[in-house]
Amino acid sequence: MKRLFAWLMLAFGMAYFILPLVGLTEFSLSMRRGEYSFDAYRAVLADPRFRDTFSYSVVMALVTIAFGILLVVPTAYWVRLKLPGLRPYVEFVTLLPLVIPAIVIVFGYIRLYNTSSWLPLTGTTTGTNLLLMFGYATLSLPYMYRAVDTGLRTIDVATLTEAAQSLGAGWVTILARVILPNVLVAVLSGAFLTFAIVIGEFTLAALLNRPAFGPYLQLMGANRAYEPMALAVIAFGITWACMGLIQLVTRFSKHTKAAR
Amino acid sequence: MAFLDIEHLEKSYGPTKVVKDFNLGVEKGEFVSFLGPSGCGKTTTLRMVAGFETPSQGAILIDGKDMLRLRPNQRNIGMVFQSYALFPNLTVAQNVAFGLRVAGADKGMVAERVAEMLETIGLPDLGNRYPFQLSGGQQQRVALARALAVRPKVLLLDEPLSALDAKIRVSLRGEIRAIQQKLGITTIYVTHDQEEALSMSDRIVVMHQGIADQVGTPFEIYNRPATRFVANFVGTLTLLEAEVLDPASGRVSIGGTEATLGRALPKGSVTLAVRPEMVSLGTAPGRETEVTGRIVDVDFLGSVIRLRAQIGDAVLAFDTFNDSHANPPKVGSEVTLSLAARDLLLIGE
Repeated sequence: MKRLFAWLMLAFGMAYFILPLVGLTEFSLSMRRGEYSFDAYRAVLADPRFRDTFSYSVVMALVTIAFGILLVVPTAYWVRLKLPGLRPYVEFVTLLPLVIPAIVIVFGYIRLYNTSSWLPLTGTTTGTNLLLMFGYATLSLPYMYRAVDTGLRTIDVATLTEAAQSLGAGWVTILARVILPNVLVAVLSGAFLTFAIVIGEFTLAALLNRPAFGPYLQLMGANRAYEPMALAVIAFGITWACMGLIQLVTRFSKHTKAAR
Repeated sequence: MAFLDIEHLEKSYGPTKVVKDFNLGVEKGEFVSFLGPSGCGKTTTLRMVAGFETPSQGAILIDGKDMLRLRPNQRNIGMVFQSYALFPNLTVAQNVAFGLRVAGADKGMVAERVAEMLETIGLPDLGNRYPFQLSGGQQQRVALARALAVRPKVLLLDEPLSALDAKIRVSLRGEIRAIQQKLGITTIYVTHDQEEALSMSDRIVVMHQGIADQVGTPFEIYNRPATRFVANFVGTLTLLEAEVLDPASGRVSIGGTEATLGRALPKGSVTLAVRPEMVSLGTAPGRETEVTGRIVDVDFLGSVIRLRAQIGDAVLAFDTFNDSHANPPKVGSEVTLSLAARDLLLIGE
């Protein structure tokens, strides 16, 4: 009886998540009357704006990931190694983007870095891109920091650092050749989550007027019927591919096999 | 001046002094053990030598060079940790090569040195394994090879055998000592295991509450403990309170039994100590002082049987060899014990 109930709950849960996706996919394939087709996907993929906005977002995601790694890995490492008392405060700060809406962040940016401010980042394309990247890094900070911090928890950071120091390694070598490779799976988890966030983000890109994939999704949704559904399925596909990659990387990471 | 000089070293955490006026000179190629219970300051002292802790005051010199001006990665000191601290993402060979690579050694030289070190530790075929694929003993050997590969001036070992089981510990301590002697590397070994320290060291520093209580060879430490703490910590001792009857000849009364130590003693009361192996069951040639007592405890330790007998107010521990044809005395039985008065140690505070 208990087992049956568990199965029923599982089936209900799966239906709750899967049915809307099935509906979404089914609708995206229904552009041609009376039969299923990939017309909506074809239309989307043929649209030059799709290619432009998607490639822009991919580049922004990669830059954000690189910046996030450079910011978070040394910070989380240093906090764990030298400032363990500060950990709760740093964690609190990294969680703030979850409670402060993106719109507040972007208005703050515009107010601080507009063309008449002391640092007029919004005055140039590169400056605005930079601002957008900082915004993305802020939004992904809770995920990136948690992932890296969890990774650091699985290794003896202090002893590995001392071992590397006794062998002549400086801080950069320790971070690059000892710490980062040992938390690579965690870093990649954070990176893929960052990628998923950046690809679908709308508010920052729209208000900073950058040609990103999020505003394009919104534009299509407001004007077309089938194409936005195809785009949503594509976006889901990208997110799942990211999750799959996390699993793949974990599986093929040789030195972590013992832990599993 | 010794090769490694530690002068007036002190370390405080807030108001607590964990190392107090520590002085030690270690000669080149010498194997010195820091022995003491947990919290005595031995690891802190070692970590100050390695550069992982900053002394509150004092100096550390290696080959005349002031170490306190240098960061840990500039000191050329090899370190082996209790938890092995092998880099999990690197293979055995890559672990051993790490320090050489950091130093910018060329590939051929690195490969040659790695092969040489793996040969030295007896694991020439395991270079491609990852640390998780090795046993604890093998991991610690790799850690030793990694520390030695860079030809450090001094090798520090922080309780390297504590995490291993008893049999491996005994075999590995022999291997560590053999490698140390073969390479002639100056070594400091931290341990709380007296057997380890006694069997491996050229000299032992017995530490207690941040102070070096006694520095000496294993023979001196065991046979002539300078303080009550050293006497209690190293080996098993029975402490006996005695009244000095004649300070010049060293005649004392121990619970009514008189004995002459044959050396001058201070006036009044003294604390004497005797090791279990210095006491014989029954009469024995050369052991002129005889006492009678009642057995209160029998510990069968295999080749040796440790017994305790109540003699007056004191409980005297003594050992006899196991004899498969004769049972040891039973608890409650009365026995005669003999010892040589000259074997009684005078214990200072």
